[in-house]
Amino acid sequence: MKQLWLTAKLDIVESLRARWFQVYSLVFGGIVALLFLFGLTESRVLGFIGLSRLLVTYIQLTMAILPIFVLITTVRSVAGDREAGVYEYLLSLPVSLAAWFWGKILGRYIVIFLPVFAAMVLAVLIALVRGIEVPWGMFGYYTALLAVMCACFLGLGMLISALARSTDMAQGAAFVVWLTLLLFLDLILLGVMIQGKVSPEVAVTVALANPLQVFRTAALALFDPQLIVLGPSAYVILDLFGATGYKVFAVIYPTVVGVAAATLGYQLFKRGDLP
Amino acid sequence: MIRFDNVAKSFRKSRVLDAINLEIGLAERVALIGSNGAGKTTLIRCLLGEYAFSGRVTINGRDPRLERTAVLGNIGFVPQLPPPLKMPVSQLIEFSAALCGTDPAKIHELAARLGLDLAPILSRPFVKLSGGMKQKLLIAIALGREAKLLIMDEPAANLDPEARKIFFELLAERQDDTTMLISSHRLNEVSALVNRVIEMDMGKVVLDDRVADDVSLSGQFACRIVIKRGEAAFAKAMQAWNFRDLGDGLKWEGVVPGPDRLRFMGMTSRYVALISDYSLEETGSGRSQ
Repeated sequence: MKQLWLTAKLDIVESLRARWFQVYSLVFGGIVALLFLFGLTESRVLGFIGLSRLLVTYIQLTMAILPIFVLITTVRSVAGDREAGVYEYLLSLPVSLAAWFWGKILGRYIVIFLPVFAAMVLAVLIALVRGIEVPWGMFGYYTALLAVMCACFLGLGMLISALARSTDMAQGAAFVVWLTLLLFLDLILLGVMIQGKVSPEVAVTVALANPLQVFRTAALALFDPQLIVLGPSAYVILDLFGATGYKVFAVIYPTVVGVAAATLGYQLFKRGDLP
Repeated sequence: MIRFDNVAKSFRKSRVLDAINLEIGLAERVALIGSNGAGKTTLIRCLLGEYAFSGRVTINGRDPRLERTAVLGNIGFVPQLPPPLKMPVSQLIEFSAALCGTDPAKIHELAARLGLDLAPILSRPFVKLSGGMKQKLLIAIALGREAKLLIMDEPAANLDPEARKIFFELLAERQDDTTMLISSHRLNEVSALVNRVIEMDMGKVVLDDRVADDVSLSGQFACRIVIKRGEAAFAKAMQAWNFRDLGDGLKWEGVVPGPDRLRFMGMTSRYVALISDYSLEETGSGRSQ
C-alpha cells in the first residue's frame, strides 16, 4: 500500500509540473468561466435555465474534449517515460509491478479528475454567489459521469500504453481508438441504419457498447428523460433499462470497460519488457 | 551470488543475448565491457528483472522478476544516462529512500562527500540539473542504501577528478562485502576498479578473465610533472586535477587516485611533447573512513 501511494504521489507531482496538465486545467476552468461570461445561465433550452443549462453544456463540451485529452496525455507520458529511460531507473528500485502500475493509474486518475471536478465546483460556487439555484441531483450525477468517464478513458489509455512500444505508435493507436468511438456515435449509426446496411438492433447494440455514446445518452437523459431527441432508439433503451436503470448502466458499464482495459494492460505490462 | 543460466534474449528476429552462462561471487568487482550493441545493457536489464527472457537469472537464489521487492532492495543501480525526471530532487530522494528503507540524511551526506550540496537544489527538477550533478545524486542514492550488489553503467563518466576520487573511496569502503558490476565501453575507464573483466560481443561472453588487483580502490599516487614551457591548456588540465603549481607553471605536483591513474596518464599523454620530467609514486592508502 505504501509503494502504491508513493508511486501515485510521484505521478501526481510529475503531472502537476507537466505542461499538458496546465493546459488541461485551463481548458476546463476556462469553459466554465466562458459559459458564465456569455450569460449561458440566462438562456433556455428544453425548459432548462440557470445552472442546469450551464452544467448540461459543460458536460457536452467535456464529453467532446476529455476522452481524447485523457487518451493522448496518458499514452504520451507513459510511453514517453518508458522510451526516455525513466522506467529503466525507477523500476530498478524495489517497487512491485502491481504497486507501480496501479499507483500510476491512481495518481493519474486524481490528476485528470480533479480539474474537471474543480470546474464543476467553481460553477456551483459562482451560482451560489449570484443567487442562482443549484440543482444538486444533477450536479451529483454529472460528477459521477465525469468520474466514470475519466476512469474509462484512463483504463483504455493504460492498455494502449502497455501494448505500444513507442510514443508515436501509442499516440497513433489512441487517436484511432477515439476516432472509432466517434464513428459509432448515434448520428453515424443512424445514417448507416437509414441506408439499410445494418439492422436497428445491431445499430442500437453497437451504440450501447460505445462508452462515448453511453455518456452522451446519459447526459441527454437528465434534461430529456424520454430521450425524444434520440428518436426510435429511445424505445429500445428505455424498454431495456428503464430511465433509472439506464442511469445506473451509464455509470457501471464504462467503469467496467475502464477497469477491464486497465487489468488487461497490467497483465501485458507485467509479462513483457518493462523499459 | 549472481547466476546466469543459459540466458537468451531476442528483440523481434535479432538475438541480443545468446546463451549466457555466468557466475559472479560475493565481493567480486566485475567490469562488463564491449562495444555498442554487445548486449551489456540488455544483460543488466535482465539482471534487474526488467526484461522477459529465456533461461534463468538468480541473485542469491532469488528470481529478480518474481521477487522484485526482496531482490531489488539489495541492489544499487546507476544508469549510464540519467532519466529525464521532472520531479524535484527532494521528491526523488524521498521516493527512493522510502522504497529502499534508506535514511534520506545518508543520501545527503554521500552527495556532500561527492561535492554536491543538496540543500540549494532540493526544489529544482532533477532533469534541470547538470550532467555531473545528476550523476552524483544517482550515485548517492545507489550507495545510500545497504546494497549487496552495485550495478553501475559508466558511473564516473560525468564526474570531475575530485568527485571521482571520492567515488573510488566510497566504493573502497564497501569492497569487502559488496559485489560490483561496472559497465563501460572501454576497459581503461574501469580497469583499475575491478578484479575481473567480462567482455561481451554480439550477445556472447567472449572474455572472462581475472585481473591483477595490486592497487586498492583507495590507493594514491604522488605525481610530479615538469614541462619545458608554460602552456595555458596544460595548466587548466592540471588545475582540474587539483595539482599545485610550484613555479611559473612549469612544475606541478599533486595526488592521483589509484583507480584513476590510467585516465590521468591518458590525459597527460596529450602533452607528451611538453613534458621533460614525470614521476608517479604509490603513496599507500588514502582511505578515509
